Parts: sequence; C-alpha cells; structure tokens
Amino acid sequence: MSNLLEVNGVSKKYGDFTALNNVSIAVPKGSIYGLLGPNGAGKTTLIRIINQITMPDMGSVFLDGTSLNTSHIKDIGYLPEERGLYKTMKVGEQALYLAQLKGLSKAEAKVRLKYWFERLEIGDWWNKKIQELSKGMAQKIQFVVTVLHNPKLLIFDEPFSGFDPINANLIKDEILKLREDGATVIFSTHRMESVEELCDDITLIHKSNKILDGKLVDIKRQFKTNTYEVGIKINETSNLEETLSQKFQVSTANFKTLGDELKLNIKLSANDKANDLLGFLTSQGEVSHFVELIPSVNDIFIQTVKNN
Amino acid sequence: MMNHLPLIIKREYLTKVKNKSFIVMTFLSPIIMMILISVVAYLSQLNNDKQRTISILDESGLVKDAFQNSEHTKYHMIEDMTLVEAKAIVKETSNYGLLYIGKLDATNFEPKQIEFFSEESPSLSLISDLESILERKLTDVKLQREGVDIEKIKTSKASVAIEQESFDGQKTSKTDSIVKLIFGGAAGYLLFMFIIIYGNMIMRSVIEEKTSRIIEVIISSVKPVQLMLGKIIGTSLAGITQFLVWILLGGVLLIIISAVFGIDMAQMQSPQEEMMKQAMQNPEMTMQVQDIMNAFYNLPITNLIIAFVLFFISGYLLYSSLYASIGAAVDNETDTQQFLLPIMMPLILAVYIGFFTVIEDPHGTVSTVFSFIPFTSPVVMLMRIPFGVPLWQQVLSLLILIGTFILIVWFAAKIYRVGILMYGKKPSYKELMKWIKY
Repeated sequence: MSNLLEVNGVSKKYGDFTALNNVSIAVPKGSIYGLLGPNGAGKTTLIRIINQITMPDMGSVFLDGTSLNTSHIKDIGYLPEERGLYKTMKVGEQALYLAQLKGLSKAEAKVRLKYWFERLEIGDWWNKKIQELSKGMAQKIQFVVTVLHNPKLLIFDEPFSGFDPINANLIKDEILKLREDGATVIFSTHRMESVEELCDDITLIHKSNKILDGKLVDIKRQFKTNTYEVGIKINETSNLEETLSQKFQVSTANFKTLGDELKLNIKLSANDKANDLLGFLTSQGEVSHFVELIPSVNDIFIQTVKNN
Repeated sequence: MMNHLPLIIKREYLTKVKNKSFIVMTFLSPIIMMILISVVAYLSQLNNDKQRTISILDESGLVKDAFQNSEHTKYHMIEDMTLVEAKAIVKETSNYGLLYIGKLDATNFEPKQIEFFSEESPSLSLISDLESILERKLTDVKLQREGVDIEKIKTSKASVAIEQESFDGQKTSKTDSIVKLIFGGAAGYLLFMFIIIYGNMIMRSVIEEKTSRIIEVIISSVKPVQLMLGKIIGTSLAGITQFLVWILLGGVLLIIISAVFGIDMAQMQSPQEEMMKQAMQNPEMTMQVQDIMNAFYNLPITNLIIAFVLFFISGYLLYSSLYASIGAAVDNETDTQQFLLPIMMPLILAVYIGFFTVIEDPHGTVSTVFSFIPFTSPVVMLMRIPFGVPLWQQVLSLLILIGTFILIVWFAAKIYRVGILMYGKKPSYKELMKWIKY
C-alpha cells in the first residue's frame, strides 16, 4: 500500500449548499501533499471529514488501508486554521490534557513534552498561562501538541500564519524532519511559495470540486508554455526583435540585470528546439540570460481557477 | 477509542474550581449574605426600639380604658378640646398621630365618626391594631348594654382543632401541611436556582471554548457529545462543591454572628414576633413543637430523598444540555437572550405553579398535569411529593422526563456539534432546525 490516505468520491451537503462534490484524493506515504483552493472551496470540510469531525454524505475514506474509524484518532495530528488554546490554563497542564485526549499516558506525554519544549527552546513557559504569551508563542505550543503523539498523518491548515520569518523557518524545518521520520503531511495554505518549496503532490479544489491533482512536477510540465526568457546584448542598428517576431511569439520581458540588454520572452512552438534558438541568438549578439519559464504554482492556481 | 469522559470532567471541574472569580464568589457570597442579614436585623431592632405616642380624643367617652400602653406604642388621652384644637396641638408635638372618636350615634350606639390624623400615612398594621382594639371594646359595650354577661361569653368560648387522618391511618394536621410545603418548596426552588446558576455557567464555558478557538482541536480527538456531557457533569460537580461550601460557611457564620452580636433570632423584636408571642400563649399553640416533630415523622422521607435525587438530576441535565446547545449556537453572551427566554419560561412557570397551585391543592388538575409535563415536572413534582403522590404517578412522570431528556440531549448534541464550528453570525431558529438535520 503506497497511499497512506485514500478519499474516494466524498460528497457533503449542508442543506442546499454542496460543500464537496465527489472528491477523491490519494496521499502517498511519506509525501507532503498540498491541498489548495480559494476561500470557501471546501478544503476545511474535506479536512474535517478526514478528522472525523464531520461525516460525509457519500464516499469513503481509508487510512493505511482500513476504513476510517475512531481508532485512527491517535494516528492523525491536526492543526486547524481556526486554532486557539484555553486562555486561562497553564501551558504545561494544557499540553498534557490535549496529549491525553490523543491517547498518550500522562507520564509518556510529560517525557515527550519535555523533549519538544527543549527542542523549541520554550521550556520556561511550562507554568505560564496562555494569555501571557504572544500569538506566535501560542502557535508554537499548538504545533508541539499537534505532533506530540507521533501521528502517521499530519494535517496542517495554514501552519505559518502568525509566525515571524525565523519561527516560520523553524517550523518548516520541523515539518521536513517529521517527514524524514516517516510522517505523511497534508498541507493546506494560500502561501504558494511554501507549496512550491515543500509539496510533492498537490490537489486543487474549487467550488466543491477537485479540478486538478497530481505530482507537482508533472503539473508544471503540463502547464509549461515552452517560453524562454532571453537577455541579449546587440548593437543598436540590429532589428533582432523584428526578425524573431516573424518566427515566434515575442513579448518584452521584465527581469533585473546589471546591463542594458534587450529583454524578451520568446515562445517556441511544439516543433522548435531551444538549442536552435540559442544557436541563432549567439550568432546575433552576446547572450547574458537564457532561461526556460517554468509556471509557478501561483500562476497555475490563478489560471486554473479562472478557467473554471 | 478510549473513553475521555473522566479526563474532560476532571479538567472542567478543576478549571472551574481554580478560577479566581469562582473562589471569590464561593467564599464572599455567604459573607455578604450574612452581613446583609445582620444589617437588616440590626435596623429592624432600631426601628422597633422607637416608641410611638398616639393621642386620643374620645368624645364618646366609651373607650377610655381600652387603650393600654405597650412596648412600642404609648397612648395619650386628650380631654376637653375640640377636634380642631386637638389637631393643632398634636401637630406641634412630636406625637405620631391623633385618633379621633366622635360622639355616639343614638340609634346604633356607635361613634358617628372614627378617624386617624397623622403627618405620614400610617402602616397597615397600626390601623388594624387600632381597629381591633376599638371593635373589641365597642362590642363589649354593646353586649353589656343588651344585658349580656361578658365573663360568661369568655368562659364559654370553645376551641376546635380538627384532627386529620387518611383512610390508611396516616395522621396529618395543618402543621403537617406547612412542613410539607417548606420541604417541597425548598426542593423545587433549589433545583430552580441550581439550573439557572450552573446552566449559565455551562453556557459561558461553551462560548469560551468557541471564542478561544480551541474547539476544533478538541473535537478532532473527542466526540462532541462526550465533550458536552463532560462539561455538564464537570460544571455540576463544581456547583455542588460551591453549594456545600455555602451551606457549611453559612452555618458557621450564622453561629459566629449570633455569638458576637448577641442577636438571638428568637428575640428579634418585630410586630410579627409580638403577634407570634401572643399566639404562643394560646394553649392550642403550645402543641406546635410537638406537631412539627410529628410532621417530620409523617413525611415520606425515603420517597422524598430518592425522588429528589432522581428528579433533580434528570431535570438539571435536561435544562443544562439546552444551555450547552445555546452556548454552542452563539458567539458571545449578548446573543444568548433570544434563546434563553423560551428556556426560562417553563422554568418560571413551574415555580409559580409550585408556589401558588400546589399549595392550594397539591392533587388538583393543574398540579397533576404540570407534574407530568417534562419541562415543569421536576420542580412541580418535587413540590408535590411531600403531600404524598402515588408511586405510579412518580414513576410515569420520571419516565416521561427521562425520555424527553434523552430526546433533548440528542437534539442538543446535534446543535452543539454543528454550532461549535460555526463562527460569525447569530443563527435563527430556522437555521437551528437545519443544523439538526445535518
């Protein structure tokens, strides 16, 4: 079994409103899986179904090959987007309580909490109340509580919101390390640069339907337009741009350079070879820049959502 | 999945009990109550120490010797003056008022006019005291005039106290009824107070969980129903703890205060007390202590205790699950009003029926019907039981109550389950109905 989580044809309605319509996803074991979509697309509903907070109207969910049941609660760690802690409870007491709800014994929870608190350098917060901590500090505690019981599946909904860049990086490294240790991660966010950086697979949900999914590299390959970004130094009398326009789609590019090169985006047709273009360009002047334009997740996201 | 209920109950209990305002309330309330009681007692003592002087102008010449000075009232006879003069004089002095008794009417041998003049309007009890003194005197005078021997009337007065006994041989009396009333009333009222105080506390704690946004983390590990029940039970245990502290502390403070201030409750002087004392001198009243003891023994104690526990728990759980679902449906306390009203109505109705109808006729139609309707039955039935309710009625009422309770918990859990994840707008009743169907 190479997929840790399989969601098959899940639908959920709230009255007349369809929150999810026949959505299926497969999350490979050990991957970081990006769950993307505009606000209100149905991501949270899907996550809640995986967490057994909400029951689906139709469809089935399998975790590690068995149909989802209450024994899976200890296998999942969930950091919701709407998160908080009991404000008047002490950090340590609270973390122990939440760990025990996930099925850890009190003694075991204590040992693990100590390890994590030292690791994240928050050991001296144990007796503080949550209301004395900053938002970022509280987020760290929530992260610890989410991963404490070593779940097979980690679900993070906007995990970096509320963190400064240093702590966001720290948490990112921790997530990567958890993956190395064998955890599978589902990652829901609007921050495309972190999707770009972390995710192996993505699914795009829009208006309750899945509209795109697969390996991130495959999707990028599928979305690339054979466009190259070119910087070239030519003498002033040359009419290179005109010559190129007769053969290719050419537009002005915009990137930063130190000189005053001619900057162009050149789109090749399916039959053209990049090497031929490069050969031609080098004969016309000094090429300082030649890069294939790979679509960003952001572009893919916007394009796909707009087309639907 | 392991059962998290004890864990949740423990957390709810400990956070409630450790909460500063809870601790302050627990220890301060009885102290404040005691201070209030002492102040009232002290003031009423002050008030009663004052002796009032009432001037009397008697033109009939009949009632001169009827008025005898008492501890609180002194009577001063005015003679040989017209009413106008007397009024002017009394107004100048610090006397409380002037009682004017006019000349006799020849036809019915009663004063033509009796009037009381005073600066401020006199209390009802003062007027009725004066009236009864005059009535007694004038009746005596009239009887004597008809040639009746008043001493004979006094000695031939009979006193009747009907003994009551049910066909099963159980004796009851008027005192019995009063004792029953006190027991039933206390039980019903206690439940009423308990529901209001701790129902609200449950509601607030659910709202707090929502506003702190921890709820989603919790219910990814625990079923919402478990969380709801844990909250209700934990808060109730904290409530029972608070009640016990109040009773203990109240008792201790009462003893301390009566020792320090020497306020013996029995010696507290008030007009009512005085009347009681007079009544006590009556031979029929000396029986009272004995009667109260008998009434105690006549109470169906075992039945009372078992019924109290069962109805109290079921009634309280019924209402508190409603409170919990209200907490889940809204985002902040100000939004709770529209949902609280329909909960409060049957509760208040139950108490009114208890105190007005059950007292009047504990086994009448109204009392009986409302002791079966589940939202009023805990309070009304608890008030009825001391008067002896057939076992089948108690069992039936309890079964209806428990059935409704299960149904309501099921509904409440549905609203709770959906509501705790809803933020933003205040739901309407229509939306709540939709949530139940989700």
